[in-house]
Amino acid sequence: MTIATRIEGGAAYVSVAGEAALCDPAGALFLPAHGLLVVSDLHLEKGAAFARRGVMMPPYDTAATLDRLARVVEAYDPAAVISLGDSFHDVVGARHMPEPFRQRLGAIMSGRDWFWIVGNHDPEPPAGLPGRTVSEIAVGNLLFRHEPAARACDGEVAGHLHPGARIVRRGRSVRRPCFATDGRRLVMPAFGALTGVLNVRDRAFLRLFEWNAFRAYMLGTGKVYPVDGKMLSPG
Amino acid sequence: MTDQPAFSPDPAGPRLPEPFLRWFAERGWAPRAHQLDLLALAQGGASVLLIAPTGAGKTLAGFLPSLVDLALRGKRRPGEAQRGVHTLYISPLKALAVDIERNLTKPVEGIGLPVTMETRTGDTPAHKRQRQKLSPPDILLTTPEQLALLIASKDAARFFSGLRYVVLDELHSLVTSKRGHLLSLGLARLRALVPGLQSIGLSATVAEPDALRRWLVPQNPPGAMADLITVAGGAKPQISILESRERVPWAGHSARHAMPEVYEEIRKHKTTLLFVNTRSQAELLFQELWRINEDNLPIALHHGSLDVAQRRRVEKAMESNALRAIVATSTLDLGIDWGDVDLVVHVGAPKGASRLAQRIGRSNHRMDEPSKAILVPANRFEVMECRAAIEANYLGAQDTPPLLDGALDVLAQHVLGCACAEPFAADALYDEVRTAAPYALLDREIFDRIVQFVATGGYALKTYERYARIRQTKEGLWRVSHPRVAQQYRLNVGTIIEAPMLNVRYVRSGRGSAGGRGGAVLGKVEEYFLETLAPGDTFMFSGRVLRFEGIRESEAFVSNAAGTDAMVPSYAGGKFPLSTYLAEQVRAMLADPARWQALPDQVSDWLRLQRDVSALPKRDQLLVETFPRGQRFYMVAYPFEGRLAHQTLGMLLTRRLERAGARPLGFVASDYALAIWGLSDMGAMATSGAAPLAALFDEDMLGDDLDAWLAESWLLKRTFRNCAVIAGLIEKRYPGQEKTGRQVTVSADLIYDVLRSHEPDHILMQATRADAATGLLDVARLSDMLSRIKGRIRHKALDRISPLAVPIMLEIGKESVNGETSDMLLAEVADELIEEAAGQR
Repeated sequence: MTIATRIEGGAAYVSVAGEAALCDPAGALFLPAHGLLVVSDLHLEKGAAFARRGVMMPPYDTAATLDRLARVVEAYDPAAVISLGDSFHDVVGARHMPEPFRQRLGAIMSGRDWFWIVGNHDPEPPAGLPGRTVSEIAVGNLLFRHEPAARACDGEVAGHLHPGARIVRRGRSVRRPCFATDGRRLVMPAFGALTGVLNVRDRAFLRLFEWNAFRAYMLGTGKVYPVDGKMLSPG
Repeated sequence: MTDQPAFSPDPAGPRLPEPFLRWFAERGWAPRAHQLDLLALAQGGASVLLIAPTGAGKTLAGFLPSLVDLALRGKRRPGEAQRGVHTLYISPLKALAVDIERNLTKPVEGIGLPVTMETRTGDTPAHKRQRQKLSPPDILLTTPEQLALLIASKDAARFFSGLRYVVLDELHSLVTSKRGHLLSLGLARLRALVPGLQSIGLSATVAEPDALRRWLVPQNPPGAMADLITVAGGAKPQISILESRERVPWAGHSARHAMPEVYEEIRKHKTTLLFVNTRSQAELLFQELWRINEDNLPIALHHGSLDVAQRRRVEKAMESNALRAIVATSTLDLGIDWGDVDLVVHVGAPKGASRLAQRIGRSNHRMDEPSKAILVPANRFEVMECRAAIEANYLGAQDTPPLLDGALDVLAQHVLGCACAEPFAADALYDEVRTAAPYALLDREIFDRIVQFVATGGYALKTYERYARIRQTKEGLWRVSHPRVAQQYRLNVGTIIEAPMLNVRYVRSGRGSAGGRGGAVLGKVEEYFLETLAPGDTFMFSGRVLRFEGIRESEAFVSNAAGTDAMVPSYAGGKFPLSTYLAEQVRAMLADPARWQALPDQVSDWLRLQRDVSALPKRDQLLVETFPRGQRFYMVAYPFEGRLAHQTLGMLLTRRLERAGARPLGFVASDYALAIWGLSDMGAMATSGAAPLAALFDEDMLGDDLDAWLAESWLLKRTFRNCAVIAGLIEKRYPGQEKTGRQVTVSADLIYDVLRSHEPDHILMQATRADAATGLLDVARLSDMLSRIKGRIRHKALDRISPLAVPIMLEIGKESVNGETSDMLLAEVADELIEEAAGQR
């Protein structure tokens, strides 16, 4: 299977199970036919979650993630938004979120259908926030859920794994978060400001994809770079 | 003015009890003058710094006041309370503590002293440590980290109540690092707990003894100093430079050309220690020596990445004189004596004169016999450097890096430690901290910010008050808010942050990372090196050529490689820059043709040729050559300020050249020179006034250009990570689970990015910038150089490469420039994909 690569304004078009989608360099996915914007693994209030355990991470991650979220929501003006799980870093995150952040998030959500998909970090609806909480949701040919199913699976869009890819050239290496897809399913990069990455060459990804059709859409500065699976390095 | 207690030696002279005198006499020895002097000063109540060469009986001198005091004190009567530790001995190396225990046992038993002695290191089992707390030995031999832990425990005040002396060994090497800062704060704490405490510092020769003397006593009044005893150097070492019959290479660091001659020397001596500057050199030379080892001499390899068990085997064999030669890096650097070494060979440039003295001290550990050493320069600049080092050693000129102000990340760690022991008052702790020499000038405002940092992270946005790690009581004392905090502190104590390392595990060829569990672990290699390898690449490690199979989790899988050619691992850890002192010696030698006589013909001929076709810089000049070559234009400068300073200079100059329209493409830096290449004629631009050299090399580059570059630099990210771990922002490990280096790296980078955009003036960012400026960037040295050469730049516009430029030009392509071009790299790979799709490839 070949995937046509078209880049527009820094974003790259992909086709997943026949649905056209746009991979935005900020790490969001937009489906023009459905007016749907998808973000995954926001991990809001991650800094505060660490602080609760005595590790004083900078308290700026929530603001940074919300800034980024506001920008993509403004740019695509979607009718509906799916937050694909792990929206908050821990169960009490939403309840303890400082009021200014709560208002900011409310403003971003206002006037759109908003779906919180439950994740392993946030198995319950976020306290005191609007939007519907579901475990998965189907749109067109696609099924959106937090954790990818164990086997190859048509039309699934998932998050959870924080995919990243690495290339090595002339003794130098570049590692970036990425959209990971074989054209049948897609795993979203983590959108949150304080989130790490897991290399797509890791075992956790092994059974998820048709590897000869695999491509990583690596997030550059203001631009997405499609890189063929065989050019990627482990580690 | 504060009253300073005036110490004077006991007027009756040192009191050495009868059993001591008898013990010396039985061996036909007499106590040495410096041993008695030190005893007299200590008995008069003073703290003392003893500077003496290896083999001068430093250890015994340092412990004599303690032993005498303990002998006079007599046995503890039954029913009498435990007395606590009498003397604390602190050394930079665990192995040294063990070594000292062995050496001290002889006089203690020989004299028949009722003295107990124990070590306490990271290797000491938990039950023994527990027992030591309940029933402490008279003399406790330990490390700075263990001292920090003891001080942070709730019973610290009781444990140290009987303390009389602190003996600090290898003080010259301790004081130059963050470990030294941690130790200085620990010492300040001990002095607060035990006001009459005396310190005894033992040190090799240093350029600035006063800095060490201040270090040993409370800086109250500021500038107070310990007494000083200096022992003149023993027999002068016999040092020669290997005059190879082979051609000395222009560039490179392997010294492979000289190995047959080195092998001859090994054959002629009983035991040879072969020192190199980096682990990769050690691997290469070990391999090379075995290739020509026709007599099958027992030659071993020892460096810090090898598996501990293997290192211990080598040390054992060394002790029992079973080895003829050992190839080693700085892991064997400090004053531990092993076996009967009669020759030290130093391969590559010695980089710093005091480093050289330390290493030569290894050979022949008896003070009155000369040590024997051979230097083997690996290239022509190193020939000059070795010559300069020899002359420096004979002159007794020593250099250690200048002592730095106390690091703030270390202070944060200490503040938390103090709170773990008992609630503290900020005013009192501030005063106490300033008695430590590195922190004597600490601002109150900075101190308070550090306390805030420890409490809640010290952010401008205050959202963590309710999660604070330390809180003020009603009385205003700071105390830990939860027992978990103390536990986290204990797990994260220390200042040694290793580069992330991966285990190297042996598997059968072709099994890759997917195959089975694999075989033995050969040791550890820095992760960033392995990241540059692709499966199938070969490298040298643990004395063999290995094939890289892949990485899985925290392990790298390798198999035996066919053949002996390998890509050699390059470790950043072992590379020391040329010291300021040696650099000056090399510049002086270059400027003075009369001194070329001492150099081998091939080197002096090379310098003469350079003088004829271009120029040689005068001692205070900077020579800059410009010339075209191939399709490019080159600019080569010769500041002789060491690789780090040159790298920083290269980064800044390329920015300026870029702005001037010279279209620079890259640069490479060595210890001696810097080469920049580009598409425009930089020589013509300099002479026409489009980009005059005086403006290019102006000091103002250290302002905005430096800031702008720093902000994006990976160097700063790496420094930040270390600061964050030491300061306790990132945990070294969780209870029961050690984070792998990669996980720490990723999150540290993310935190750095978040802080940089939201709170660039955060106290930890300030600490990071200060560290980077002194460490990886060597900004201070660059700044000195720029002001020195102001108005003294000598430009030679040539039509071709000069002889002096050959070595640095050969480095091009070997070392990649770590620029900020990762997006370019991404674009390149993506373009290949598109070309492939369009059928162009």
